[in-house]
Amino acid sequence: MSGTVFEIIRTKGDEAESAGRAAYEHPLVVRLCHWLNAISLFVMVGSGLQIFRAFPSFGAKIPQKDLLNWPRSLALGGWLGGALQWHLTFMWIYLATGLVYLGYQLFSGNYRQVLFTARDVPGVWPMVRHYFFFGPKPEQREVYNPLQKHAYTVAIGLGVLSVLTGLAIWKPVQFSWLAWLMGGFHWARLWHFLVMWAMLAFVFGHLVMVLLHGWNNFVSMLTGWKKDPEY
Amino acid sequence: MEPENTKPDAGETNQAEPDRATGPAEAPETRPSVRPARGRITELPEPQLARLSRRELLKVAPVLVLGAFAIPGVQDALLKKGLGFSDWMSARLFRRGHQAPTFSDSELTPFEKFPINDYDVDDPGVIFENWTLTVSGLVQKPGDYKLQQIQALPPVRQNTRHICVEGWDVVGRFGGALLSDFLNLIGADTSAKFITVACADDYYESLDMATALHPQTLLCYEMYDRPLTREHGAPLRLNVPTKIGYKQAKYLTDLKVTNVLDKVGYWEDQGYSSFYGL
Repeated sequence: MSGTVFEIIRTKGDEAESAGRAAYEHPLVVRLCHWLNAISLFVMVGSGLQIFRAFPSFGAKIPQKDLLNWPRSLALGGWLGGALQWHLTFMWIYLATGLVYLGYQLFSGNYRQVLFTARDVPGVWPMVRHYFFFGPKPEQREVYNPLQKHAYTVAIGLGVLSVLTGLAIWKPVQFSWLAWLMGGFHWARLWHFLVMWAMLAFVFGHLVMVLLHGWNNFVSMLTGWKKDPEY
Repeated sequence: MEPENTKPDAGETNQAEPDRATGPAEAPETRPSVRPARGRITELPEPQLARLSRRELLKVAPVLVLGAFAIPGVQDALLKKGLGFSDWMSARLFRRGHQAPTFSDSELTPFEKFPINDYDVDDPGVIFENWTLTVSGLVQKPGDYKLQQIQALPPVRQNTRHICVEGWDVVGRFGGALLSDFLNLIGADTSAKFITVACADDYYESLDMATALHPQTLLCYEMYDRPLTREHGAPLRLNVPTKIGYKQAKYLTDLKVTNVLDKVGYWEDQGYSSFYGL
């Protein structure tokens, strides 16, 4: 809570005393998609890691050199067939959620709130200075600061890539051009794996920031309303 | 961090910002049809904000439907449905004329590095002299067919990718007769839905008719220009480049044309995808 918040309240004068300041940040569609996506991403990663356990390598089958021995307890599905059932079921939920989200953002114009554009570039450095080098907090005029926009835009891009690389593995014949673009089936499988880790890196950072920004911020993704926003 | 100004003051509402898109500026305070522009600050009396928040929270509740996947009895049924939908989509995505990528000889995985996957034994002990393929079902000429009859059909050789459901892949060289040619030879009713095969090691498999008629689907009796070895399924196996590895059944003994599947395949009946087209 920086000083600016209190300034705003003060300028509003007495009439604001009985009122809470709030902003409607997240439309219903976005909130629904967020939580559907959180669940399906969790299932996709968990079952994906179980699938990976069946051949934990990206080299030849003979001789097989295992890359990492991922514990079964951190995977979902119990066995390869079970994991594939989860993966091939939730990929449709994941895909549908992604399409609804992208469609909504596009047609509602809400994407302006999220999309990182050239306009946001000047704001990047002050934000980096604030987050990582104890710099002063830049004044925030929008729902998301430039670094947030950048992170969300990258995450959406990773979401698209996860679907495309997954499609290339699932249908390397029907979508042979996709697999070809990625360097063939073998590489597509590696890309799919790497995209997952990039996504997990985003999720980790996202969860850290949610913890740092407190309860009101978390609640806003449930109710849409953010109490006492910073702008 | 928690500025809960829950003072139940006289509700001097200034709930409306003038530039809101919701019609009359003075909305009735009991039923707040408040949908302000996103990110725009709105000043609301606490109780009203709490009411709004509760209502909006309830609207997100449908997500909890996914919790059904956590209920043990329901879970299996839902996953089966999901896998079924995936298979249905796979069948829709299959294009009859679309060929699997083929590769040059230099891209082949060396024969000795072509994995041998069996669920049971490497060699079920087929006696080649007595071997025939027993054909039954919706065909005009059922009966036992010799390997020579299959080898008399126009031979096809192709370098295609073999992908295992586990995730590994190799490029192999396969030779044999088109299954569609053989179906023609036996007078199969190609409007039937499925081809099923049985194997010397009790393995069994099935193919949808569209895949069976695909121009790369082989009754395979050669790998790397040599007769099939016993570990690779001698004397006859399936080579279906548009399908996952477990569909490439080895040591074939029976072939049937049918509209009804009482069982799908060895792995499929344990929970793997029935269609698994690539």
